[in-house]
Amino acid sequence: MKIYRVNMSKLSFSIEDVPERWNTLGGRGLTSTIISEEVDPACNPFGSKNKLVFAPGLFAGTKAANSGRLSVGAKSPLTGGIKESNSGGTAAQRLAKLGVKALIIEGMPKDDKWYTIHVHKDGVNIKEETELLGKGNYEVIHTITSRYGENTGVMTIGQAGEYKMSTANISVKDPKGHLRSAGRGGLGAVMGSKHIKFISLDDNDGEGIEIKDKKKFDDAAKIFNQGLLKHPVSGEALPKYGSNVLMNILNEAGGLPTKNSRMGRFEGAEKICGETMHDTIVERHGDTTHGCHVGCIIRCSQTYNDKDGSYLTSGFEYETIWGFGAGCMVDDLDIIAHIDHECDDVGIDTIDTAGTMMVAMEAELLKWGDGEGILNLIESEIKSGTPLGRILGNGPDFTGKAYGVLRVPTVKGQTMPAYDPRAVKGIGVTYATTPMGADHTAGYSVAANILKVGGSVDPLKKEGQSELSRDLQIATASIDSTGLCLFVSFAVLDFDEVFISVLDMINAQYGVEWTKDDWNNMGEYVLTIEKEFNRKAGFTKNDDRLPEFTSEAIPPHDAVWDISDEELDKVLQF
Amino acid sequence: MEVNVKLFATLRDGRFKEEKANINENTQVSDVISKYNIPKEEVKICLVNGRDADLNQTLKNGDTLSLFPPVGGG
Repeated sequence: MKIYRVNMSKLSFSIEDVPERWNTLGGRGLTSTIISEEVDPACNPFGSKNKLVFAPGLFAGTKAANSGRLSVGAKSPLTGGIKESNSGGTAAQRLAKLGVKALIIEGMPKDDKWYTIHVHKDGVNIKEETELLGKGNYEVIHTITSRYGENTGVMTIGQAGEYKMSTANISVKDPKGHLRSAGRGGLGAVMGSKHIKFISLDDNDGEGIEIKDKKKFDDAAKIFNQGLLKHPVSGEALPKYGSNVLMNILNEAGGLPTKNSRMGRFEGAEKICGETMHDTIVERHGDTTHGCHVGCIIRCSQTYNDKDGSYLTSGFEYETIWGFGAGCMVDDLDIIAHIDHECDDVGIDTIDTAGTMMVAMEAELLKWGDGEGILNLIESEIKSGTPLGRILGNGPDFTGKAYGVLRVPTVKGQTMPAYDPRAVKGIGVTYATTPMGADHTAGYSVAANILKVGGSVDPLKKEGQSELSRDLQIATASIDSTGLCLFVSFAVLDFDEVFISVLDMINAQYGVEWTKDDWNNMGEYVLTIEKEFNRKAGFTKNDDRLPEFTSEAIPPHDAVWDISDEELDKVLQF
Repeated sequence: MEVNVKLFATLRDGRFKEEKANINENTQVSDVISKYNIPKEEVKICLVNGRDADLNQTLKNGDTLSLFPPVGGG
């Protein structure tokens, strides 16, 4: 494999050999390694010293199911720390087929021109772009598909990325021509700072995937794939209801953050839950289940149509529906679907935009429950880059400062997602301690706290939460390095043979002899370099804390955040 | 006495979303599950008043029982 390196200061390109130490790194492990080795932690995220790295995972392009996630890394303008955000879509497998282990973009243009990068088997072409400037992600994807053909991968930024807003994401074309996003941390703004509107990928005649022991790999992949289908969560619940099946269970458990985390239950939950969404999709002849990338057999995505049966949105996730729904007290699934569509098109993260809207409601820019008002702020202000839009587009902390709001639901500048840390304490430990800023996917303690997958730890008690979060953060850092979808974890945690099959696939593909210890070491290594980057960027243990309002009791269980600072400080000490 | 029974996801198929159930004293969670012909192996998560409960927990008047099959997301 090889490294494609693009220098936007010189508008030049080089192909490099993969350093040996990067051989068994992929996905997050590789993006975080490259950022750690090559980016000054003290740099301005929008300056020429920051780099944007795209890396497929270790298994991308193979027969392993659900292995097509793309990792994107940089220093984050939202958190000020290291960031890896991953996405579905068709880009990771194209990079893998081209033999590209990482695409590194460095420098920034000296002029005001905007560019596009076309990636192909012989390298890249850097071209000036004018036509699609100011356009949304859907139009970019449709235009590039007609310009280069159906079989072209696209990674693009919307207007928000062009404005360098800290909630801007990078969107990736999915197999249906819709989009998925590397949502968190403002990586779209980093792409915008380098004046790249989109990257297109042509994998024709790529060198393909090298597998040292093909038979051994295929045997392990078979066990892995069957394990995903056998597990009731990945085999049945996720395909049928999508991730929004969680709405009702968090509501029942009293852990659904409602009205900017004032309550743990939302009266309107049934109107926006996964069961209602499923029935609505069926009634409107949408699509209840499809994958976000080729080879996905969990298929948690869906197509949600409007009342007239026309396409409205897809990849309509629980966190999005929670954020604009319970978080903002909106109980209308259609309006939330419209908001999701607009966020995708403008190119802003739905979780951080929802957090921003909660802060906007605290500031009385909007009334609680005003879904149309949220939509209007996105369409009229953020999309147009008005002064108010630029405040909102920079996220909850920025908006909170602008309007003097105290109750801002963030850690390291990033919004706490759809599980209240007081009522689901294991996820609170993850929010506080992950190097990523509040991020449920970094160590999904909800699995053992609420879903009873991978063990059972009472969500309302302190005991066992630190160990749970630590173990999951380590496992997740490894999973994120393989390019496997995080939803494989349900089967990996519950079925030992599925976990062993993952090790067997690594060993077969790369000709190594990894044990469970090597797997854990990879996770610990990734977390260690990420924490070290953040330390050099100026983070201290005081940044590993939840917002002050979590000392207030949240109904119905009157739970408070009671895990001590000393305990948090030990979570990721290896 | 009366308890509020709430079913979710596939447990709703052919049953209901929410129903008040009249039960005798000393009724356990598993008795309610049997009353509605729900196979025990289909119930993965069981909450009484929003807290983890097991199948042999005894219900009290006014309790809310929430039952889920295996579900996940994130």
